[in-house]
Amino acid sequence: MKQLLDTETPSREELERILDTTEAMLEISQRDIKKVPTLRGRTVINMFLEPSTRTRVSFEIAAKRLSADAINVTASGSSLSKAETLSDMARNLSAMQADVLVVRDRNAGVPAMLARHLSIPVINAGDGNHEHPTQALLDAFTIRQAFGNIEGRVVSIIGDVAHSRVARSNIHALTKLGAEVRIAGPPTMIPVGVEQFGVKPCTSIDEALDGAHVVMMLRIQMERLEGALFPSVREYASTWGLSRERLRLARPDAVVLHPGPVNRGVEIQSEVADAEPSRILDQVTNGVATRMAVLYLLTGDSQ
Amino acid sequence: MTVTRIRGARLLDPTKGIDDALELEITGSRISAVGHELSGSADQVVEAEGLWLAPGFVDLHTHLREPGQEYKESIATGTKSAAAGGFTTVCAMANTDPVNDSPAVTEFIRRRARETAAVRVHVIAAATQGLRGEVMSEMALLRDAGAVAFSDDGAVIMNAAVMRRVLEYAFGIGRTVIAHCEDLDLRGPGVVHEGAHATCCGLPGSPAEAESVMVARDLELARLTGAALHIAHVSAARSVDMIRDAKRAGVRVTAEVTPHHLALCDERIRGYDTNAKMAPPLRTARDREALREGLADGTIDCVATDHAPHAAYEKDVEFCGAPFGVVGLETALPIVLELVRERRLSALAAIDALTRRPARVLGLGAGTLEVGAPADLVLIDPDRVWKVEAQGLASRSKNSPFLGNEFVGRATQTWVGGRVVHALDEESS
Repeated sequence: MKQLLDTETPSREELERILDTTEAMLEISQRDIKKVPTLRGRTVINMFLEPSTRTRVSFEIAAKRLSADAINVTASGSSLSKAETLSDMARNLSAMQADVLVVRDRNAGVPAMLARHLSIPVINAGDGNHEHPTQALLDAFTIRQAFGNIEGRVVSIIGDVAHSRVARSNIHALTKLGAEVRIAGPPTMIPVGVEQFGVKPCTSIDEALDGAHVVMMLRIQMERLEGALFPSVREYASTWGLSRERLRLARPDAVVLHPGPVNRGVEIQSEVADAEPSRILDQVTNGVATRMAVLYLLTGDSQ
Repeated sequence: MTVTRIRGARLLDPTKGIDDALELEITGSRISAVGHELSGSADQVVEAEGLWLAPGFVDLHTHLREPGQEYKESIATGTKSAAAGGFTTVCAMANTDPVNDSPAVTEFIRRRARETAAVRVHVIAAATQGLRGEVMSEMALLRDAGAVAFSDDGAVIMNAAVMRRVLEYAFGIGRTVIAHCEDLDLRGPGVVHEGAHATCCGLPGSPAEAESVMVARDLELARLTGAALHIAHVSAARSVDMIRDAKRAGVRVTAEVTPHHLALCDERIRGYDTNAKMAPPLRTARDREALREGLADGTIDCVATDHAPHAAYEKDVEFCGAPFGVVGLETALPIVLELVRERRLSALAAIDALTRRPARVLGLGAGTLEVGAPADLVLIDPDRVWKVEAQGLASRSKNSPFLGNEFVGRATQTWVGGRVVHALDEESS
């Protein structure tokens, strides 16, 4: 692999290789001294042009645990606020001999565009409503951790699928890895043509939960979409929110995932988010290991 | 006067239904004879064995960008691009800077055309002042200054009452209104066709209905007012159906389709190439099929390029931030010829869609090889294989969705008023 722009392109074998490598990286994160010299002397640029805490920190920790030098660039402190174009900025960063570019942008396709301009590997850390491949990989890893495998597991993705890069990446990755993926949400939040990706659209949350191994709740953008795509937060919470009661429709050993940050009381009740079936914090832990695996596979000696 | 004889070509003249091996003679600026083995002396003989000779093409939808955006295109470079593509007449859209909503701007464009243009330039003026869709422009004065039609193009007149008055008033002064049919609310932030490809790319989509609901509105208003309505760049199957029905019902409607909508569909957006971004967007293969059918059965009157130049740095940005539009004058011909090879159109029908039919939409009197007509001609090598490359395009801008494509068929020589304005040297094949 030269890039990680999405989960649509890589083969099942490539995805599994990342998951297997994540296993080893997780072990490193559990040591007393959480650092290996694998990427010593390599420079990782984290270009986060959209506000993000968790993913940026996760990538930074991942790079540092591998002994790489991690440089963070954000939109407000960068020359992009001086109207430099993205491609010019990326070319400049690459001229400084960076070894890998991690990029988050609010526009779909920006990592792909930068990859066309650059010769170094580009990792998509989330681009608009397009994809967030490392999130899907860490979700897949968390599912594998919970059940031992992914093949045949029923995963229900619930919420604003249309505006979710997490949903898109998970749909591609999990269907490729053999899961049965269901999606559910208000019709205004189900994207056109999604059934062509091998998922089963459900018309209610109850239908989606019925017999599910994994319940993946998506964050809804309340500020932006209330009134446009759903009438009110109150109605959303009662129609599409995950409560303890509803969760009983899923399998007894079902796990709950959420990419964060959580809108407590909206898409998920606190009683579910903080209870046993929730793997939300495991996801965060696994996220670091997943990003270590991706950085290693794209820039390490394996090249 | 200089006499030029073109011989050996397959001569195609849709105005007379001629598709035959005939010679043509130009004397000065006009066609002086058409026939088998013309006699008499000629100053110059063009041997055109294996080539087609046709009227120069007519483009109803060209953005020449002058005045105001000469870094994208100028009247000089845009018409050079036209000549290279076989076009001898173009109609300049009104969204210049300043907007062409006053006789002064219309006169400026016509003067610059006289001074710098390689081909004939007609002027389309704004239908409303400042393209704001509120107050109609001084249409009668603009007509007197030379405007051949009125259009706000992509600055869609969203207010139906304003559109109604524009149509009524244009009817009263004998001019056609050209409508870019797209409901801007329904389109919303959409930058591509709403469908599986948009979903996969995470790009906001605009449904085909953003076009078809506006086509429906404008057809109803054309029926109400009796005005002549020309629907620009039809992209959706439903629009074709409604236009077909309206024509049957006697509504005075005509329509155009762009070469890129005939050639491409929404799959082309994968990879986020901003040269695949235009309004209306590339739609599904089924829509494309309906457009080809509509062109073949006459529902769609003609091909028009919607040549929309943008500078490279404007397009080299994130997909959502890039401007809409692609250049098209130099790649129109091979796309239409592809339909001939696929037997969707006869050679004569293909030429008709580029010449007589667009001229007829606005009553431009071009697109004919009649004796006495201005010698606006194109020689076509229908078998010429060539590759579209940025440096090979005469347009100042290179934002073509076909860069890197191999095409078959090219204009090898173009005359406007008997003067050679484009001649392809053998090297550049």
